[in-house]
Amino acid sequence: MSRRGGDVDELWAAVADPTRRRLLDVLLAQGEATATTLARELPVTRQAVAKHLAVLDRAGLVESGRRGREVRYVVRPQGLDLAARSMASVAARWDQRLMAIKEIAESVARTEPTKVQKEVSR
Amino acid sequence: MVPERIEREIVIKAPREIVWSVITEPEHVGRWFSDSAAIDLRPGGALILTWDEHGPVYWRVERIDPPRFVSFHWLRGGHDPGDLELSEGNSTLVEFSLAEEGQGTRLRVVESGFGGLTGSEEENAKDAEEHRRGWELELDELRDYVSTHVVGSGRP
Repeated sequence: MSRRGGDVDELWAAVADPTRRRLLDVLLAQGEATATTLARELPVTRQAVAKHLAVLDRAGLVESGRRGREVRYVVRPQGLDLAARSMASVAARWDQRLMAIKEIAESVARTEPTKVQKEVSR
Repeated sequence: MVPERIEREIVIKAPREIVWSVITEPEHVGRWFSDSAAIDLRPGGALILTWDEHGPVYWRVERIDPPRFVSFHWLRGGHDPGDLELSEGNSTLVEFSLAEEGQGTRLRVVESGFGGLTGSEEENAKDAEEHRRGWELELDELRDYVSTHVVGSGRP
């Protein structure tokens, strides 16, 4: 499996960082950018931007191309989609858990409502 | 973009006290969350939530106001007892709010703090393996989902 974009864990770690999330937003807005132009939009140094870009690149969230002396970055939509799906999957798990809580609570309410209410209100 | 927090709610046809007990009592939590649970239900108290296959994850009670509200730090560090210590950036926050609604209860859950989980960029690169372990449990199902739905669907 290719390392790039193939590792969901790395992907999630990459988007969990607030600076990188901001960076992705700016990059999406600009369409294409260099570490230098991105650093102008963010309260971090160009070096820090470059490091964040490297993490995003490894996670498959951005891709880079050299143009002359400059390295230009664009967002990889497939990577972003995967990240969004991974959060959606966490949300889906909560839906499952809430459904399970509902089932248990409703079955307890049906079988022994008074007993449980008394116990809990103490 | 990717959401920073997750909010979900559900209406349950049971009194709030019962929903409260399902969320906070080990015999119930061991059904809807993990396979078994040990719970010290007071601020700072530990929850040890164990899956037979994967081992435990740790939560800590943040705030408790029965039967209306309870919040937990979900520690993402790993599965050793030493990982039970709460520190900056090693947990997400899970908040349960219970509101009476007619004869039933509206239960809301918010999980937040994903953005605060990772440290510096150097740490990210350096501790990639450590981080991977932390997410392993949560990502088990995701992995299956992704390989079925995403990776196989027309990626070059």
